[in-house]
Amino acid sequence: MIQFILKRLFVALCVCVAVSAISFALMFLSGDPAIAIAGSGGRAEDAEAIRIAYGFDRPIPIQYLDWVWSAMRGDFGQSIYFNIPVSEVIGNRIGVTLKLGITAFLVALVIAVPLGIAAALKPNGLIDRMALVIAVTGQAIPSFWLGLMAIVVFGVWYGWVPISGAQKWQGYILPVLVLSYYAIPAMMRITRSGMIGVLGSEYVRAAIAKGLPQHRVILGHALRNAVLPLVSLAAVQLGLLLSGSIVIESVFALNGMGRLAWESLLRSDLPVVQAIILLLSLLYVVLTTAADIVNALLDPRLRGTS
Amino acid sequence: MRITRLSGLVALVSAAALGLADPAFAGKAENTLNVAFAAEPEPLDTYKIAGREGLILARHIYDGLLYKDLDTGEFKPALAESWEFTGPLTMEFDLRQGVKFHNGADFTADDVVSTLNKVIGPEYGTRYSISVDWIESVEKLDDFKVRINMAKPFAGAVEMLADALPIYPHEFFEAEGSAGIARTPIGTGPYKLVEQEPGVRYVLERFSDHYTESPKGDASIDTIVVRAIPEMNTQYAELMAGDLDWIWRIPPDQASRLEGRTQILSAPIMRISYVGFAPDSLGGESPIAQQKVRQALIHATNRGAIVEAFAGGASKVLNTPCNPAQFGCTQDVVSYDYDPEKAKSLLAEAGYGDGFELEMIFAAMPRPTAEAIAADLANVGVTLNLNEQQYAAGVGQWRKKEVPSFYSNWGSYGIGDVVFILSNFFGGGADDLVQDQELADWLNKADTASDRAEREDLYAKAVKRIAEQAYWMPMYNFNVNYGLSPDLSFTPHPDEFARWWQASWK
Repeated sequence: MIQFILKRLFVALCVCVAVSAISFALMFLSGDPAIAIAGSGGRAEDAEAIRIAYGFDRPIPIQYLDWVWSAMRGDFGQSIYFNIPVSEVIGNRIGVTLKLGITAFLVALVIAVPLGIAAALKPNGLIDRMALVIAVTGQAIPSFWLGLMAIVVFGVWYGWVPISGAQKWQGYILPVLVLSYYAIPAMMRITRSGMIGVLGSEYVRAAIAKGLPQHRVILGHALRNAVLPLVSLAAVQLGLLLSGSIVIESVFALNGMGRLAWESLLRSDLPVVQAIILLLSLLYVVLTTAADIVNALLDPRLRGTS
Repeated sequence: MRITRLSGLVALVSAAALGLADPAFAGKAENTLNVAFAAEPEPLDTYKIAGREGLILARHIYDGLLYKDLDTGEFKPALAESWEFTGPLTMEFDLRQGVKFHNGADFTADDVVSTLNKVIGPEYGTRYSISVDWIESVEKLDDFKVRINMAKPFAGAVEMLADALPIYPHEFFEAEGSAGIARTPIGTGPYKLVEQEPGVRYVLERFSDHYTESPKGDASIDTIVVRAIPEMNTQYAELMAGDLDWIWRIPPDQASRLEGRTQILSAPIMRISYVGFAPDSLGGESPIAQQKVRQALIHATNRGAIVEAFAGGASKVLNTPCNPAQFGCTQDVVSYDYDPEKAKSLLAEAGYGDGFELEMIFAAMPRPTAEAIAADLANVGVTLNLNEQQYAAGVGQWRKKEVPSFYSNWGSYGIGDVVFILSNFFGGGADDLVQDQELADWLNKADTASDRAEREDLYAKAVKRIAEQAYWMPMYNFNVNYGLSPDLSFTPHPDEFARWWQASWK
């Protein structure tokens, strides 16, 4: 098992390196970073000075290897835009994203799993239909629209919550709710289909026949097996919530990593973009590996197999 | 009825449970101006930043040696009480006494010498070389007198000294450098920064020790709270709710919707849009190498309709490759009316009666305007292939002479003098894709002349030549739409520097 995990980690790290190398090269395809940094008022002379100052005149593979070497020593360089170390820039933002993503994930989990179970117990019943409405609307409504509607209703009309910003904890209420609304459908539907499959299996029927109370059958026997695909999905969902909250962070003016990634791309702040890509790749690796380990713990049949 | 009851119930329960009611208060009541920017201001070392947001904050915190009154065009004393050219390449400044920095330090010649000598060094990394590359060195003559030795004659020198080159406190700047100034901005300006959460929130407070003779004096607003809110719709919501008093860069269609619900101002700015032609591109084989073809393209484009439909507000069609508000931008030039028939006959004369295909890169311009140009040109048989690019990619290709036409914009750093636009595009440098030697010579002479009349004559010749040769199709000057609290008095300026020290409540 340990050997298996180590192998998986090694492969995953190779994936990280490959992702960062490809993204590094892609950044250069989207235009000359020196011109982008010089900005819309930059003359050809300014771009040339920047090209030399930041070493963009060197071959791309050399620039990449330099970056990797520094990153391995924990040095992600200096942000071109902010003129301070990249680690400081990311450190200033990561808290907002972690708070937002993890809270939204927990809210989604707390709603999705019980709703999925309830829907599975009575397919086509009232709760199942309600769950379907949530699933369809959650998937179909664009997040920026829902966010703006939430702002208009709860921020402007009623004035219950701050419209934007995270100066107060209340500023997180709307973004967390809107963000979690997008994570609910997938987790709820996978819980529901898993439960329906498991509830029809022989061992559950046997448990019921033994006269076990319903809650023990559902939570002790059925859920443990039905939850396996949910664990893998939840890991990916958490990754998505942490890395993909650009729209929500923009709508609610939260200064997190999503916004930082997007804005750094636009202003060609290469050191920041590179560090974020590496960080997010690592995040996915950690989350998917953790999900595999949890699944292996839940289902002994998975241990020792790939 | 049921919906009303339900929403009322939800409101009641939620408010009781959360206790979050946070009534919007107008900034006027607390004499606090609440401002939003969509873009995050850069760290406030003015020499290293380009974004207007950071520069606006910086102008409230720092002062320069001089100040330009845009209403009169007059240069006024600021940190320098008086100045004079003591030779073709030397300027001397008598500095003001009794000026305090926000940290309590006294302003002296050491601050000017230290700041300017440091930022002209190539290792400092000043963002725009044009702003400081004309300075050779700065000498202290006594505690309140300095001399600037110029590296070359530069007509934009006084413009640059007027608030674009701020003075930092020398002891702090020498000890902490650029990063220190960015983390703890300290100036002599009318407002001091008392709180900074980079990218989120900046709080400026009126500086009570600000020198009374300052051209930025008499600020009436006590506190300015600036927040970065990237989503414009969120800004509109906050403006309507009374949580914001000042927003800007509202797109024209949104501005007309907001009109009547709040105070909207539209003001012209220095930035202009243009289609540049590169006769020299593609080995000179492109049809636009011919003057008649270029003239035909301008006659074929209904610029008036494009401006009216897409730019609106205070934007106007331009005939010159510069902003009429700039010194040296004569308007006495040949103009090209919208006349498709004339365009067709010019094309026929040039041997392109059957039309041709033309590639146009566009960057940092709205797609609908580019499509409108293409539609107009199609009417005279010219197929315009639009290639939208990120600014960096577009400019890169343009500079390599890979495309014959380029649709973009230029802001002249917000400065009202053609020295900050014409030479960049027609002065023979890397951005000059016309390479008209005589034109470049006039411009280089004008840029380095100290006599204002001589400069004006030379620029007029240059502007006329560019128009007559149709090297550019000038499109229009940009405008900025501001959304303001109905209680706020605010005067916009064409250099896009919001002067909140002049703002007041009605």
